[in-house]
Amino acid sequence: MTEGPDPRTPVPRGPLPETPPRRAPRKVELTIDGRPVSAPEGATILQAARELGIETPTLCYLENLTPVNVCRVCVVELEGSRTLVPACSRKVEPGMTVHTDSERVRHSRKLVLELLASGVDVSTAPDFARFAERYGAQPERFAAGATVAQPVKIDNELYVRDYGKCILCYKCVSACGSDAQNTFAIAIAGRGFDAVISTEYDTPLTDSACVFCGNCIGVCPTGALMFRGEFEMRAAGQWDETRQQVTDTICPYCGVGCTLTVHAQDDRIVKVTSPAEHPITRGHLCIKGRFGWQYVNER
Amino acid sequence: MGGGTNSYAEFEDTDLIILWGSNARDTHPILFHHVLKGVRNGARLYTVDPRRTPTAEWAAGWLPLQVGSDIALANAVGREILAAGLENREFLEHATLGLEDYRKAVDRYTLQYAEQITGVPAAQIREFAHAYARADRALLCWTLGITEHHNAVDNVLALINLALLAGHVGRYGSGLNPLRGQNNVQGGGDMGALPDRLPGFQHVENGELRSKFERAWGVAIPPERGWHLSGMLDAMEHGELKALYVIGENPVNSEADQHRTVRLFESLECLVAQDLFLTETARLADVVFPAAAGAFETEGTVTNSERRVQRVRRAVPPPEGARDDMDILIALARRMGVALGPRGAEAVWNELRSLSPMHAGMSYARLESENGLQWPCYDEQHPGEMYLHGRLWERPVRGPRAPLRPTEWEPPVDTITAEYPLRLTTGRRLDSYNTGVQTGAFASPLRMREALDISPADAARLDLAEGERIRILSRRGAVEAPVHIDPALSAGLVFLTLHTPDQVATNMLTVDASDPKSGTSEFKASAVRIEKLGVPA
Repeated sequence: MTEGPDPRTPVPRGPLPETPPRRAPRKVELTIDGRPVSAPEGATILQAARELGIETPTLCYLENLTPVNVCRVCVVELEGSRTLVPACSRKVEPGMTVHTDSERVRHSRKLVLELLASGVDVSTAPDFARFAERYGAQPERFAAGATVAQPVKIDNELYVRDYGKCILCYKCVSACGSDAQNTFAIAIAGRGFDAVISTEYDTPLTDSACVFCGNCIGVCPTGALMFRGEFEMRAAGQWDETRQQVTDTICPYCGVGCTLTVHAQDDRIVKVTSPAEHPITRGHLCIKGRFGWQYVNER
Repeated sequence: MGGGTNSYAEFEDTDLIILWGSNARDTHPILFHHVLKGVRNGARLYTVDPRRTPTAEWAAGWLPLQVGSDIALANAVGREILAAGLENREFLEHATLGLEDYRKAVDRYTLQYAEQITGVPAAQIREFAHAYARADRALLCWTLGITEHHNAVDNVLALINLALLAGHVGRYGSGLNPLRGQNNVQGGGDMGALPDRLPGFQHVENGELRSKFERAWGVAIPPERGWHLSGMLDAMEHGELKALYVIGENPVNSEADQHRTVRLFESLECLVAQDLFLTETARLADVVFPAAAGAFETEGTVTNSERRVQRVRRAVPPPEGARDDMDILIALARRMGVALGPRGAEAVWNELRSLSPMHAGMSYARLESENGLQWPCYDEQHPGEMYLHGRLWERPVRGPRAPLRPTEWEPPVDTITAEYPLRLTTGRRLDSYNTGVQTGAFASPLRMREALDISPADAARLDLAEGERIRILSRRGAVEAPVHIDPALSAGLVFLTLHTPDQVATNMLTVDASDPKSGTSEFKASAVRIEKLGVPA
């Protein structure tokens, strides 16, 4: 039998391993709000605007999900285009002239925010109030209209689903589906105003394909999907983010090495998330990483 | 240096992925996200597993082998690659040794012979062999389905042989990856928690390396290797090991053949346990040190399956009386009259960097700003290495050539007989972890009471109803459990986890036969029989 190399002798250091050459993307020149900007080919108007320090409101967009263009709050005016275009998905093209803060854009964003807030409870959407103030949105103009108010769904120990807060941004469907988890426990059911996020046949989550990774909660922009612990603390008036500390650590379970962002209030863990920009998790976790920290509190 | 040769990013940019003895969909869910990206980018996924796992549901090919027949399958794959002339001759001549011995050794593992042993159809083995050898890039990954056997090291060598034959190692998108089951099992080995290594995989039997540590630490280091875990248990049996200090481990529940483990631990003169909870091991201890929860209450680093060292940070303070493992060790050493080196996690890390060349470039500042770093990382300018063993493609080869190491299949130790006709294998479920010390604390909607998974065919043959309580007997012990009829299992195979020892003490059944080289026990292959209790479901 051939013996292995002598493990007592270290192998000397060598050159760095080679990786396939990547062609640097071509640069595309365009103008946003009168300022020239150069963005890599394939980038979106949203990314190019961020390069210039222009903040564009988004609700249905996330870096780690495929854009679905449904919320329409990121729309911008593109010269030569009949309609406003969604900044989150429209790719930059040479010579584009874009206006992100024109009267037409401001008016459209204002109306979209008003219509969303008139039918949906946006009280726990962290960015919504800021956007509404910025665009002078007055949802009460449509206060007499129909709403999606409905009872909260609580069918398990880990999640709460409050679809009275759902703006149908599809993020949870994308995260549960082919963008991350590939479990496909939820989808859009119904049409028009009756469209809802639903499990198959609207069964409780516990009877669905759900594996309780919580990645849908991780991407929800309105708090319609919420960790049960947070929901109960909010209901009891105990949830106070000003008293919370946020610390990144590494999951204690398997050897993948997922970054956990630990939210602790008064020195007790209240929630775990993961950074969307981390190359290992891209913001996504499994049930153990997301929920398996109770043992720390219960000592 | 021992570690996964590739990075998670490469899973998204390869042509073929093999998960051998790994149910990564459930046991490494976020790694499996990268696998799925790879599949969506066109990679073919194969899984080799006795069970049709959730991983297998995503695979282009599922090879349902008999438990413990891995070497027969691997050798048949190797033989077929050679017989079809699909081996990477240039690589074999340039970078490897022992091809002719290997060719002779695998000659009897024809497709038909392998089919008899493994149960995998010959045509499927052939297709698998050709797909692996023909792929431009291929990642071969494994987990405990390979290593929890009495011939664990031979199982791994049989897989390494395949990568060498096909030239699937040392290149971007090609390599060999043990998916680590615990958040710092890689880091533990890296730090020298191995019988024969000092930190940075520096061999304790190399006098020059040892004396470097002796100078730094001001002590003499025993020049011979120590025991691995199974060796320690044997040493207790022979009265050579009389005191044991167990840190963050629950061997009474996690080791095979629990009766023996308890008997040996009770025979010790001194047992010290350091843990978050009063585990069954801690209950036997003479002294228990309450410890802080490493991932949430301490500072330090852990190393993952892609060799990435990442920072662990204190998010909450430990409960009253519980202390950081490191502080306990330092305080204990002081009481024993030894002042251990620098205080604080970063100072200890910097001492390691001064002694372990592969960690030298990993300052805490860089670990913070670069999402961790992959070893080897030799200096502050070094970016860390995405994949290992590129040296085998350098001309001339840097360091020694890689040997093909022939291995012979032998069946599991615990043989199937008329008295014990069923093969019991073990594994993890998605929402639980090891002996459940940590995961038992959260209310998982997925968790059912622990049950013996059994095939529909065996359930029908034994007249068992879903949920019916039965007795499971092995040559070592017996436990009772309900049955769960699982169509993912083929006839003759039953499955249990170690997650709920209070409900089902699975390790009363498992065999303590262990690999002489790695010390790993054969958790994956016990022989059992089932007796009806006559109690309705």
